[in-house]
Amino acid sequence: MLNTVLSARNGQASGTPEAAVQVEGIGKRYPGGVEALKDVTLDFPAGELTTLLGPSGCGKTTLLKIIAGLLDPSKGQIRVKGKQVHGPGPDRAFVFQDFALMPWATVLRNVAFGLELRGVAKAEREATARKYITEVGLTGFEQSYPHELSGGMRQRVGVARALAVDADILLMDEPFASIDEQTRRKLQEDLLQLLQIEKKTVIFVTHSIEEAVYVSDQIVLLSRRPGTVSRIIRPNLDHSTDLEAARRDKAYLDCVDEIWQTLKQYLV
Amino acid sequence: MTVLGYRIPMMFSLLAWFVVWEIVGQLDLTILIPPFSGVIAAGITMLPSQKFHDAITITMTAFLAGMGLSLLVGIPLGILMGRVKAIGQLMGMWVNIFESSPLTAVIPVLMALLGFGQATIITTVFLFSVWVIALDVQVGAKHANASLLEMGRSFGASRFALYTKILFFAALPEILAGVRLGLIRGVKGVVIGQLLVAIVGVGELFELYSRNFLMEEFWALVIMVFAFAFAISETVAYVERRIEYYASTR
Repeated sequence: MLNTVLSARNGQASGTPEAAVQVEGIGKRYPGGVEALKDVTLDFPAGELTTLLGPSGCGKTTLLKIIAGLLDPSKGQIRVKGKQVHGPGPDRAFVFQDFALMPWATVLRNVAFGLELRGVAKAEREATARKYITEVGLTGFEQSYPHELSGGMRQRVGVARALAVDADILLMDEPFASIDEQTRRKLQEDLLQLLQIEKKTVIFVTHSIEEAVYVSDQIVLLSRRPGTVSRIIRPNLDHSTDLEAARRDKAYLDCVDEIWQTLKQYLV
Repeated sequence: MTVLGYRIPMMFSLLAWFVVWEIVGQLDLTILIPPFSGVIAAGITMLPSQKFHDAITITMTAFLAGMGLSLLVGIPLGILMGRVKAIGQLMGMWVNIFESSPLTAVIPVLMALLGFGQATIITTVFLFSVWVIALDVQVGAKHANASLLEMGRSFGASRFALYTKILFFAALPEILAGVRLGLIRGVKGVVIGQLLVAIVGVGELFELYSRNFLMEEFWALVIMVFAFAFAISETVAYVERRIEYYASTR
């Protein structure tokens, strides 16, 4: 059955040792005066995949970029493993919606780029990159350029690049949103499989309810702008035996429906 | 171009004009237009001569020095103008003014300042070409894929790495377009500079031939300068086409 936890805004949330990332009282107001986020307090349990889900414009990507250190919050703080962070760090790796691959670089160099920026020697970083290229299923495409790959393959490169820097926390910003439906399903399954090997804490932004329920351990529903935590839901699907079966699971369908009932109120 | 269903190569229109030129030249209408065959013959005699060799050497030296300076200043200036708002606002107006101003008028002043030598010509090449390079690079830097820069930042890129490993390449299509236009203006700059200073290089030859009504040599030189400008601009255009796939994936 569904295990629905009420909003963590009452304050009892922070401080649990298993939280890989803690978001405390985050507010974000853009220079134009738009308030994107208001007093968001949240824990992201270590080793779990947490999805940020909400109506478009609810600030879910803003929150992810604040956690990544790409945006500064107007209020509040971000803690990674208990330590407050300012700006990007080697403990977090980002996967972009538009893949953000360098068109002038091969798959190999793109995957190794995070390590290149850290000054890792060429032979070493390429060996690491090859390992993750294999892991995401792109063996044989090391010397290809991004424009020679399909959208799904490009995002596999993006995932491999994020894995290659060996950050504990993966931040994924609508990673499969610009990929066709069939490829997306395959990528979701492959991601779950990959996470069983890699054991990462994942923060995943999506606007697809089905995707959120399918991949998540925990789903955070955000309200319309200014975004606040509306509900936290744990789908409790069993992915360990059969990745396909989860989509036919009654718990999956119920959870999708429950989220839809909640999100409906935010739509005009 | 197709005529009666046959594909006619671009070179054909050039050939057609040369034929017209030859006919007009043979009619002996004016001393200013000698037959095209005479121009070719003059060109062939000119090429191995010491005078021509010296002129080309001194002209190429000035051209390359001026262009080198233009690239060294124009590309970083354009990148800064595109990325740093204050610099863009501060310099933008000036760069636009210089880009559209008749710089030829300034050369006599430069001459007074820098003398009748290479320095004036190098400066002329620089002033003719640097602005268009800066403006094009600015566009490239401004519209560089924002998420590539975010990617760099999220993976811990230093500011220097961000500019040299990402921004430069992201803006490369516009940078090359700027370089191509800059090179063409540089050719104009070196010839105009030499003509106005009137004592060195290709400019001296132009002056010599036109003053003595050596029209065959004069036109041969015009064609060679044109061919040179065309060749370098096509070379850059070739590189531009090679990296065209950038545009489709950003």
